[in-house]
Amino acid sequence: MATPTMDRVEAGSAASDHLLTVTFRIRRFNPEVSDESTWQDFQIDIDPKERVLDGLHKIKWELDGSLTFRRSCAHGVCGSDAMRINGKNRLACKTLIKDIVALDKTGAAAKPITIEAIKGLTVLKDLVVDMEPFFQAYRDVMPFLVTTGNEPTRERYQSAEDRERFDDTTKCILCAACTSSCPVFWNDGQYFGPAAIVNAHRFIFDSRDEAGEQRLEILNDRDGVWRCRTTFNCTDACPRGIEVTKAIQEVKRALITRRF
Amino acid sequence: MKIHKYDTVIVGAGGAGMRAAIEATKRSRTAVLTKLYPTRSHTGAAQGGMAAALANVEDDNWEWHTFDTIKGGDYLVDQDAAEILAKEAIDAVLDLEKMGLPFNRTPEGNIDQRRFGGHSRNHGEAPVRRSCYAADRTGHMILQTLYQNCVKEGVEFFNEFYVLDQIMVEVDGVKKSAGVVAYELATGEIHVFQAKAVIYASGGTGKFFKVTSNAHTLTGDGQAACYRRGLPLEDMEFFQFHPTGIWRMGILLTEGARGEGGILRNKDGERFMEKYAPVMKDLASRDVVSRSIYTEIREGRGCGPAGDHVYLDLTHLPPEQLDAKLPDITEFARTYLGIEPYTDPIPIQPTAHYAMGGIPTNVMGEVLADNTTVVPGLYAAGEVACVSVHGANRLGTNSLLDINVFGRRSGIAAAEYAAKNDFVELPEDPETFVLAQVERLLNSTGKERVAALRTELQECMDANVMVFRTEQTIKTAVERISELRERYQHVAIQDKGKRFNTDLLEAVELGNLLDLAEVMAVSALARKESRGGHYREDFPNRDDVNFMRHTMAYREVGDDGIESIRLDYKPVVQTRYQPMERKY
Ligand SMILES: Cc1cc2nc3c(=O)[nH]c(=O)nc-3n(C[C@H](O)[C@H](O)[C@H](O)COP(=O)(O)OP(=O)(O)OC[C@H]3O[C@@H](n4cnc5c(N)ncnc54)[C@H](O)[C@@H]3O)c2cc1C
Ligand code: SF4
Ligand code: FES
Repeated sequence: MATPTMDRVEAGSAASDHLLTVTFRIRRFNPEVSDESTWQDFQIDIDPKERVLDGLHKIKWELDGSLTFRRSCAHGVCGSDAMRINGKNRLACKTLIKDIVALDKTGAAAKPITIEAIKGLTVLKDLVVDMEPFFQAYRDVMPFLVTTGNEPTRERYQSAEDRERFDDTTKCILCAACTSSCPVFWNDGQYFGPAAIVNAHRFIFDSRDEAGEQRLEILNDRDGVWRCRTTFNCTDACPRGIEVTKAIQEVKRALITRRF
Repeated sequence: MKIHKYDTVIVGAGGAGMRAAIEATKRSRTAVLTKLYPTRSHTGAAQGGMAAALANVEDDNWEWHTFDTIKGGDYLVDQDAAEILAKEAIDAVLDLEKMGLPFNRTPEGNIDQRRFGGHSRNHGEAPVRRSCYAADRTGHMILQTLYQNCVKEGVEFFNEFYVLDQIMVEVDGVKKSAGVVAYELATGEIHVFQAKAVIYASGGTGKFFKVTSNAHTLTGDGQAACYRRGLPLEDMEFFQFHPTGIWRMGILLTEGARGEGGILRNKDGERFMEKYAPVMKDLASRDVVSRSIYTEIREGRGCGPAGDHVYLDLTHLPPEQLDAKLPDITEFARTYLGIEPYTDPIPIQPTAHYAMGGIPTNVMGEVLADNTTVVPGLYAAGEVACVSVHGANRLGTNSLLDINVFGRRSGIAAAEYAAKNDFVELPEDPETFVLAQVERLLNSTGKERVAALRTELQECMDANVMVFRTEQTIKTAVERISELRERYQHVAIQDKGKRFNTDLLEAVELGNLLDLAEVMAVSALARKESRGGHYREDFPNRDDVNFMRHTMAYREVGDDGIESIRLDYKPVVQTRYQPMERKY
């Protein structure tokens, strides 16, 4: 077996001493101050291997304490900090500066990094949006296991294969990156949106569940899966790598064949 | 200000809070107040698994699990509580499965199990497969499953409500809980929740360290609220440093990685754990492994130009196994370090991970006002509490277990208490404390900045009260923290608004961290021995004669208004296990 030696990972240090000067161009909105949103530039020196979230913290902690955003885990598992970064939905804590900053020939940042709230949900302050409609759509698809009959004394059996069937959609962290990247959702707030369908999929294809039919009926609604135009924005946006569009297609197919 | 009335109020919607809510909602009118949306809670970050002696893949039983828990906790565990934890583990896992949790399965279709540090067959003979898991996303699945069941049960949540004060009222000489005071993030409004029973399930306090696996929001708010109201905090000197955090960042790489066969190596490629723990090797208990890593680093065998980390080597494991069993942590290495774990070892260092200490409770989750007296109407469960099932060092996979077993117990106990008892009358102006705190911060013109003080606190804690401690380093910490607390009086914030004022809340959270850091340091100074997560280089041995007892720290305010910490001690409950030397 090859023995790892000390010189193999120098390049991978989490933070080096090389700092880059970048401008964060942030869309600010505070109804206590004004009804209009405005873009504001902040210049910071930051290690390009750090996260966009680290940059936001630097601004909040050193330059402007009123800058407001949600965050908690800082490593892509809690779903708090979906935002539009350079026009694409991402988690600020899972996006490294170096991966999104454009450099000029001298190695300096060529353009500002733009950051704004996700679209389609009401902005409440800066990068914070009203998540209630999003969670309401989630709750509407019966996102819980439904079974009938007597409970077994031990666990329910499930083959490894059956478990694998819905693995992809169990990964969802309800960050709303998918739903708020969907043009149908932007234009029509009634659409359930991809995240709710992903969470319905998670149960429809769980061999232990017995409410697949009911969930399919809910999604057969005019604001249900048929609204999906298969633009793949959601799949591109998902920070958990869930094949969102595929899940929606599988639900559509199940509606037609009633087999799942 | 608004006043609400509920039978049961639960503070926190992580694993412990939601497990309690599922029980309490069935039995009483319940409200859950949470500063985060429930699914944002840090339970979702847990990776490795949840322990239960299901014996699905090899021989196992709850008595062995009890023994491992007690030994892992370096005999500071209350043995009656450990027995309950291990016994009820089996139903706790089965309950979650029935609620829908997608556990990994064995070829027969049962819940699969894997190895984890400190869990052994027959009292230490060999590692045992006891951890039930869902890839390296066990906490995520627990959090999602519990939230799903809360939706099913119609649990009432108040999201982004920060509980900032515990209301205590003295009735006929007995101190009782009357409710809590909360601050609503969206509006800046103050809410008083009158409740017959209150359950704290507000999680840990790891953010007083710099390198930590804990979320930004784990600031010990529940511990601080109770402590300020004269209730004790138990065993706060015991904090767990997990061996494998991503170097400098602290992001956790689960012990399950070593459970799957991962190996720790120093700069010479040596599997150094063989020297320190000949039987359990890389799967010895966490305090042992963390100290071993730092010993390697101190003796010049650390990796990198500064020699300040070691490697977690997964390169000998088949990529299919990494993809199937450890998909998230391998992705963390790729995302944050740019390292491919199939071919390259991952630089790691110990990371501040878990508070063994907290609000003292009995096995029903009832909070204690001293060594024996229960506070009527007050409960705590999860990382905020100290039952104590973890003693001086928690075993991996025992916390996801703890939150389910004691979350459930406290939910039932609180709702039953609420059914039999009446509301305690609120004091006049119950919001006074919170109102004053908020006003002071909003109006302050001081020169100190929250972020700067917090960084100084974190650096001080990392330098002085982490894996290795001495009288001198702890004293340094006590002095520095006291200076920082003084400077905190002059802290000012920039956001003066009412809406989503996270600037204000970060200032409040820092105040909590400072209070708790001081309790930790003062408790550590007095414990002149080494036990589990608390290691004193000046007292390297365990001292059962003088220190086989829990620390109980109380906040006291003298007639002159000066605050101090009074330490007392509480005996350990011992049933059938005699303390032995801990070897792995
Ligand atoms: C990265 C990581 C991996 C882990 N892996 C494992 C593992 O594999 N196995 C294991 O057994 N353990 C593991 N642990 C430990 C375990 O996950 C935690 O100890 C446990 O999940 C804590 O659950 P909790 O419900 O007590 O708190 P949390 O899940 O942290 O929830 C706290 C809740 O309290 C709320 N809250 C906090 N303050 C306030 C306030 N002032 N007002 C209102 N609400 C408030 C928050 O909103 C949140 O909902 C891990 C821990 C970490 C950090
Ligand atoms: S499917 Fe992906 S993008 Fe959509 S809410 Fe879930 S995790 Fe976020
Ligand atoms: S802060 Fe948790 S996902 Fe980004």
